[in-house]
Amino acid sequence: MVSAWGKALQILVPLLALAAGIVVWQWIVTANQIPSYILPGPLDVALALLSDSATLWPALLVTLAITLMALAGALVGGVLIAIVIVQSRWLELALSPFTVILQVTPIIAIAPLILIYAPNTQTALLICAFAVAFFPVLSNMVQGLKSVDHGLLDLFELHGASRWQTLLYLRLPASMPYFMAGLRIAGGLSLIAAIVAEFAAGSAGQGAGLAFRLLEAQYRLNLPRMFAALVMLCGTGIAIYGLTSLISWLTLHRWHESATRREN
Amino acid sequence: MHDVGKVFSNGTVALGALSLDVREGEFLSLLGPSGCGKSTALRIMAGLAAPSSGTIAWPSSTINRRGLPEGDIGFVFQDPTLMPWQTVFGNVYLPLRLRGTGKAQARDIVMANLARVGLADFAHAYPRELSGGMKMRVSIARALVTQPKVLLLDEPFAALDEITRHKLNDDVLALWSQTGVTVIFVTHSVFESVYLSSRIVVMRGRPGQVFSDLAIAQPAVRGAAYRVSELYRANCQAVSDALQGAMQMAET
Repeated sequence: MVSAWGKALQILVPLLALAAGIVVWQWIVTANQIPSYILPGPLDVALALLSDSATLWPALLVTLAITLMALAGALVGGVLIAIVIVQSRWLELALSPFTVILQVTPIIAIAPLILIYAPNTQTALLICAFAVAFFPVLSNMVQGLKSVDHGLLDLFELHGASRWQTLLYLRLPASMPYFMAGLRIAGGLSLIAAIVAEFAAGSAGQGAGLAFRLLEAQYRLNLPRMFAALVMLCGTGIAIYGLTSLISWLTLHRWHESATRREN
Repeated sequence: MHDVGKVFSNGTVALGALSLDVREGEFLSLLGPSGCGKSTALRIMAGLAAPSSGTIAWPSSTINRRGLPEGDIGFVFQDPTLMPWQTVFGNVYLPLRLRGTGKAQARDIVMANLARVGLADFAHAYPRELSGGMKMRVSIARALVTQPKVLLLDEPFAALDEITRHKLNDDVLALWSQTGVTVIFVTHSVFESVYLSSRIVVMRGRPGQVFSDLAIAQPAVRGAAYRVSELYRANCQAVSDALQGAMQMAET
């Protein structure tokens, strides 16, 4: 049996370990008198986080906006195209070379090309992040829409369900677990892709994202700021993961095996 | 509904020129060794598979616009085939929902059918919270919710333990006598078919055909006493013999 104390420990132990890691890091830096342009301590990073917030926060918002827009586009596009694809086996076959080519080509390699064709850098970044986040959603949804219990398909046919009813009441709900898996993968990937695309674009100026601030700090050997930017990105990644996991849990916990506890 | 005549044959081994008249209100069991095409025959009757030759005729006075008997056909599959994301209520409501019946309008009839199988208290439970026998009851309630004239059951209790199975057998009998629905029950259990049916059609396989057609004399009230009676034993004997004959014929 798991007691309240046991539950508290489950949360406390990782937090204490993290805190211990930070303390050790600070101790190493202080004890060896390592200058902050070689390895800043956690205190330097925290100070940079505060003092550079005027630079870093707007940059984070730019990156976050690209990430979320790309994710939203990937979800809508992935689901819609998956629905179209599963309507016909021939269509799926005809589209397969394009999806395979786009999926296997590393996006960083296409990014320079997209930068040439896109009207502005923002759009190019958005396209890159979208292209990366799109495929996990698409392939998961195609898989989900196809893996419907045959007995239930028979039942719907028996009662004269239309194609639309079968999609709405059977195929879409049945593919929710697959959609949620796609969402969690795409959430993480869209942030990574936004950063990678920013690196490739290397754009400065007003609308610069966090990745560019990271590069900029590197040129200036401003290591505390680099670490501060990394901490922000890490926090963003955790937030996205937490949020997508929460959405998944809220949607599935009442019925799906993945979200329910085993009863002993 | 009376005198459903149908003839179908299949180019492959599944069914060969199978002819069967089903009479209104009877409890007919299709019994046979596995692979004899009894499930295929049931699927063809339900319109889930097309016969490669031959036809199925429902009495014209009782068919609806889809060419199926009035109220469509109730079908209980081998597995409960419930939608895990829907509650018990949602699952039973489904056939009415597909017909465009509003939820408020359907509530009474859905609840009545749940009460019929003893699950009125579980309307808001999800399928994973139910036992195997309860899931099967939900499946039966769903098959009855459109008030069909014909109820097809495809080895519905094969996966259940014997105690649950006996209970459900009695429940199906009670539903049959209450609603007057025509039941076609596919099984490979001699005992189950003898206990339930007013008529047993023994099939032989490769290709599936009717081997013998037995009327079963039944006591007015069935129950534990019937299971140990001489009549039950004699019925089982007759059906077993027929099944034995069907299997021998398939081997030669």
